Amino acid sequence: MTIAWERSHGSSPIHAHKGVTVSTSRRTTAVAIAGAAAFALIATGCAGSPASDGEDITLTIATFNDFGYTDELLAEYEDANPGIKIVHNKAATSNDARENMFTKLGAGSGLSDIEAIEVDWLAELMQYSDKFVPVTDSDTKDRWVDWKAAAATDADGNLIGYGTDIGPEAVCYRADLFEAAGLPTERDEVAALLEGDWEHYYDVGEDYLAGGGTGAWFDSAGATYQGVINQIENAYEKNDGTVIAAENPEVKEAFYSVLEASSTLSAHLGQWGDDWFAGLANGAYATMLCPGWMLGVISGNAPDTTGWDVANVFPNGGGNWGGSYLTVPKQSAHPEEASALASWLTAPEQQLKAFANAGTFPSQQATYGDSALEDATNEYFNNAPVGSILTERSKAITVAPFKGVKYFPINDALQKALTRVEDGTQSIDQSWEQFLADVAALS
Amino acid sequence: MGTATRIRPDRSARRIAFSQRLGRWDIRVSPYLYISPFFILFAVVGLFPLLYTGWVALHQWHLIGGQGDFVGFDNFVFLFGQRHFWLALRNTFSIFLISTIPQLVFAIIIAAMLDTNLRAKTLWRMGVLLPYVVMPVAVTLIFSNMFADKYGLVNTLLGQVGLGPVGFHSDAFSSHIAIATMVNFRWTGYNALILLAGMQAIPRDYYEAATIDGAGRIRQFFSITIPQLRPTLIFVIIMSTIGGLQIFDEPRLYDQFGQGGADGQWMTLTIYLYNLGWGQLEFGRAAAVAWLLFVVIVIIGALNYFITKRIASSEGAAE
Repeated sequence: MTIAWERSHGSSPIHAHKGVTVSTSRRTTAVAIAGAAAFALIATGCAGSPASDGEDITLTIATFNDFGYTDELLAEYEDANPGIKIVHNKAATSNDARENMFTKLGAGSGLSDIEAIEVDWLAELMQYSDKFVPVTDSDTKDRWVDWKAAAATDADGNLIGYGTDIGPEAVCYRADLFEAAGLPTERDEVAALLEGDWEHYYDVGEDYLAGGGTGAWFDSAGATYQGVINQIENAYEKNDGTVIAAENPEVKEAFYSVLEASSTLSAHLGQWGDDWFAGLANGAYATMLCPGWMLGVISGNAPDTTGWDVANVFPNGGGNWGGSYLTVPKQSAHPEEASALASWLTAPEQQLKAFANAGTFPSQQATYGDSALEDATNEYFNNAPVGSILTERSKAITVAPFKGVKYFPINDALQKALTRVEDGTQSIDQSWEQFLADVAALS
Repeated sequence: MGTATRIRPDRSARRIAFSQRLGRWDIRVSPYLYISPFFILFAVVGLFPLLYTGWVALHQWHLIGGQGDFVGFDNFVFLFGQRHFWLALRNTFSIFLISTIPQLVFAIIIAAMLDTNLRAKTLWRMGVLLPYVVMPVAVTLIFSNMFADKYGLVNTLLGQVGLGPVGFHSDAFSSHIAIATMVNFRWTGYNALILLAGMQAIPRDYYEAATIDGAGRIRQFFSITIPQLRPTLIFVIIMSTIGGLQIFDEPRLYDQFGQGGADGQWMTLTIYLYNLGWGQLEFGRAAAVAWLLFVVIVIIGALNYFITKRIASSEGAAE
């Protein structure tokens, strides 16, 4: 039900409403038709595209957050390929998309022709790689940076995902709040100021508060933890898949250090919640960790806020957070057309446009060095040269964390553990104990 | 049957006998055939899923991988050992009670008011039903925004009258109140209309007689309306019990993750079922939760039935 609503949200409610108001005068008929229309709406939201031969083919594409696929970009493909219509459905979070994916993969029907997936739960899906249409074209296969394609290639050598973006991380900051707290505001100065490890990042936060900075230093323990954990090579699992989350001192250390810092520095706004989105706009915190795709999330949800800027720096070196793929499930009614569209969307030219729209940093090798990327600036972030900053940040990435089958559920349990401390439900120790119990219950 | 064998050599006689037999079948079987659609439908969409869920609950069952080993009651044993299961049971009952009881009380009061001689009756009656027409998802999205911890409308208003912010997403009881508010918003009017229909079926003579005897409005309400409303009340209470225990949409959309909170503050049994089945992909365990929920609903339903029957009939005796 939930998902049906979300998925139908973008498609056709306007037509349905028109039908009701125009065609009826009597209340009873109106109710009946409204009911029927709502039903049809849900049905179209769930079912794919029952287009017959010779008719227009409707391709559905499901993404989450912001991939940078604007209506204009999709219309470009529709214009170049007469007979193809594209319906784009967006889920709010990657969690929603994952549940939707597994539900419908299990049911054997109902997935969109193209489904976006995130790297954190890629490993779980790779167990069912036979349920996806592999990428066959050899030119297309060589499009991506090696590790991006390797992660989505199964034991039989089938590549099942069209890489979209990677998430090299920088730090976003509010220049206006920095100024009020007596900190430098130019992005080069800020980069120099924050250069160092996580402790240094927290120390500067204390300076910010001591200097009379308003609000908090960062948004939430959860988001900051993501930055820390993505610098650890084997956080929760060994390369053979053995779960080590409970014993790994690095995880415990990350958990405790982030929470100890967050007690004074965090705005305690759970990521992706209503409060968090409000906080993006109202200056509840001065900095946040910014993978490329986060730029679009900020500018999209706080369009009227001025002062956001992005600095070419990241605590403790570099890090990659997230990054996605497009997949074509075998249950699609139009696998060929869907593959063609996925290939087109993830071609270097289109990915550069998506980058311009939402800051989703390309995973395609041909884009690196391209002037469209190198010279890209972002007006919202005070005309920051986001292209060159993120390219620099991607070069600073030294660790490719191993994300196995249990990565997502364990990380999810840990995020909940962080939230329990942030909202004051439990102490740090209690929450850690419960995290250990939750991990034990996962097996 | 004996007659048929005796006259077997004669063809025409046999045909008559056959049609006689058909006729007899008609009398015996047809009634069952006529009522069979209900039973077939029930078997397909009611009984079969119920039993099949039980079958799944006895296995290790992966959402995508499908049937695994037979594990007997291991899934149930696992659940009884889980803190989250008991938490979910607590939350389910808490939200159920906070939502159902005020909801029924208000529904009866609203119905009683609508039952009086009002101006613009239909307008009021339609107005009461209006929240029910709104999609539950839309209701939840609006309410959960209002109940946001830091910048939500409710906490802002509370702040202006000098009360501290309520942790609607951290404190278990507060989150139950917020969710119960959404449920009540949606279902009070619906129940009021059903109760109103029941009230209108009460013969007006009773009230006239009571008025002549000198009984006031309130006395009439408790001594005539409530006892006479018994069958409707039983129906409404059982329906809202089932609905209240199966509540899903509201807690699922209450925060951005839909898993019932970081500490399972508002994780109901249905949410727990969903987390197990679709989050952890353990379908066998999810099916076990479904069966336990079924048992709980049957027990509460039966309990409700007897209590309601007693209360209503003892009130009736007082009349």
